[in-house]
Order: sequence, then C-alpha cells, then structure tokens
Amino acid sequence: MHELAITEGVVQAVTERLPGTPIACVHLEIGVMSGVVADSVRFCFDLVTEGTTLEGARLDIIQPAARCRCRDCGAEFEPDGMIALCDCGSADVAVLAGQELRISSVEVV
Amino acid sequence: MCATCGCGVAGVRVFGPGELGPGEPGPAGHDHGTDHDHDHEHGLDGRTVQIQQNILARNDRLAEDNRAWLTARGILAVNLMSSPGAGKTTLLERTAREAGAALGLSVIEGDQETTLDASRIEAAGCAVTQINTGAGCHLDASMVARGLSALNPRPGSVLVIENVGNLVCPALFDLGEAARVVLSSVTEGADKPIKYPQMFRSADLVLLTKVDLLPYVDFDTGRHARDLRLISPGARIMPVSATTGDGLPAWYAWLSERAR
Repeated sequence: MHELAITEGVVQAVTERLPGTPIACVHLEIGVMSGVVADSVRFCFDLVTEGTTLEGARLDIIQPAARCRCRDCGAEFEPDGMIALCDCGSADVAVLAGQELRISSVEVV
Repeated sequence: MCATCGCGVAGVRVFGPGELGPGEPGPAGHDHGTDHDHDHEHGLDGRTVQIQQNILARNDRLAEDNRAWLTARGILAVNLMSSPGAGKTTLLERTAREAGAALGLSVIEGDQETTLDASRIEAAGCAVTQINTGAGCHLDASMVARGLSALNPRPGSVLVIENVGNLVCPALFDLGEAARVVLSSVTEGADKPIKYPQMFRSADLVLLTKVDLLPYVDFDTGRHARDLRLISPGARIMPVSATTGDGLPAWYAWLSERAR
C-alpha cells in the first residue's frame, strides 16, 4: 500500500508549491509501468486531502501506455504487461514511456 | 491514515546503537536542511497551474542527500530487500560474525514493530540502528537519514539497510543506496521474480537463499534463473545458505569488491 505515501507526496508537493490556495482539481500522470495503482491513489486521495487545501478537489489521472526500445535489435514496441520482452527474444530493453509518476498541473478554485 | 491497512508515515521510531527505548537522532548526525529548490507561486492569474514535478521528487531529493553523505565518507550502502522470512536477518547475523570486522559492517534495520532484529544483529557483534515504521510498509529516504544520524557509520565501511519485508512497496523508494540486493528464498517458490517484476527489475544482485533446503522443496532453479533474466538481464544470481555457509564467501567478496 505504498500508494498512501505516494498520495501524501502529491498533497505535500501541491501545498508546498501553492501554500494556502484552495485546489479544485489535480492532474496526475501514472504510467502503467510505474508500479503505482491509480485506483489505490484514488482510494487514498479523499483520506489524505482531508483538512488540506486539496479537500474536495477532483482527481484526474491519465495513465500513459508503456513503450520500450530493444537494446539488441533496436525495435520499438509496446510491452504486454510488466514484463518487457522484445519479439526478437531479448529482455534487454530501455523503457521509453509508461513509468511516469508526475503531477502535471492543478486547477485552483 | 489509510482506512484499509492503516499504513502511513506517522509514528516512525528510531533506536540507535545500544538503545532499547525510542531514540533521538545522534549528536554526530548530518543536517539535510529544510530548504527546497523551487519557487512558490504568487499572484496567480490563471486557473490552471503547471506543476510538472515527479511525485517522488521529495524522497528522491533526500535520497540524493543521503547518497552524497555516504559517498563523501566512502561508505558502501546496500538496500537489502525481500519478502518477510526470506532470511535477511539470518544472512546479516552470519555476515556480521564471519566478515563484519573485515567489512566494517553496520546495519540499519527496518521493521514495522519491535527491536528483535536489531537485538539479533547486536548480539552478532555489529553496530545497528532499528527503525520502526509504525504501520508503514517500506523505508523511505527521510527515515534512513534519521537512521544514519543515529548510527553514524564509520568512513570506508559497509552499511546494509535491511528494508521492511515486502516485495512490492520498497522497490519505488530510493534510500540513497549504491546497490540493491534482493533475496529470493527457495521456500517461497521459483515464480517470485515474474510475480514481482518491479522489485526484481531494480536488483543489482539476487541472493537465492536457503539453498540447503533444495532437496526438500519443489523449486526449479532453472525456471527461477530464466524468469529473472526476462525481468532483469543484468542481475547476478548468487546461491547461498546462511545455515551451512554455502556460497557466503562469494557474497562477502561481492560486498568487499563493491566497497572498494
């Protein structure tokens, strides 16, 4: 349940950046290979924002798809699940997208 | 805090070497400061404010502080991770007894509760600090910073940070370590790397523990190695037994090599 700590990190970052500013919406990017479950973040959000400037804010999460490049044959591909295996059989791949764990923007009230 | 499992960061306690009660960070500690490197926004003129910040930025910043502190002192820090009961503490007890003096080993123990593991490590003759995470499911960089202050490891030594037993959450949190070592015990089954890819992907070394039990359990070492190569092609596997001592010289040599 590291999503609780992750969600607390969101609140901390936003309140540090915009102290005392009521927030209407938070936009996050949580890549499908980030190791963080977006639904769990949604579950934690209401609890964690209680009594903060983010209380009652909407949470908008986009989940960028995974994209990898094979270091052996150079092919770019979309891995199936968490195991990134190129069609050539190589597992030596660079992850180009899908590991995002980012606060994009917020909308203020 | 979380209504489901109650996990959270409140209630973290640090027990320095020789302490049985809750301890304050030691006097020789290092200061991370409280400043941060971004500008606060004032006079907002739009409804949308770009943040564009990694959610783990604060932890990553503190981890870099830890890493700089450790590197400046020539200390090798290893983040030791596994599921509960894979044999982290038993491995460290034997490591402390057999190679502790040569490596200048000290240990930070991470557990939700109790100082049981720290007592075992201390009995093995090793300087140790216990962090109790309360209900938290992983160590983070700020907890380790407090642990470093309490432990104050010697320059040029080896520090092993035994993370909370958990194959999921600790993978995401950089502590400032130089290397990640993941234990996979033969009693857990060979499918762990493929079931917990996030953890095994980040491993520099995988210790296959309890290999003395291989004759008694259904564990396919070939499958384990094949699956691990799919997840982390560069990770080395080292079979060890902290009961018989098999494979441990290679583990001590690995630590010694990395510490150079």
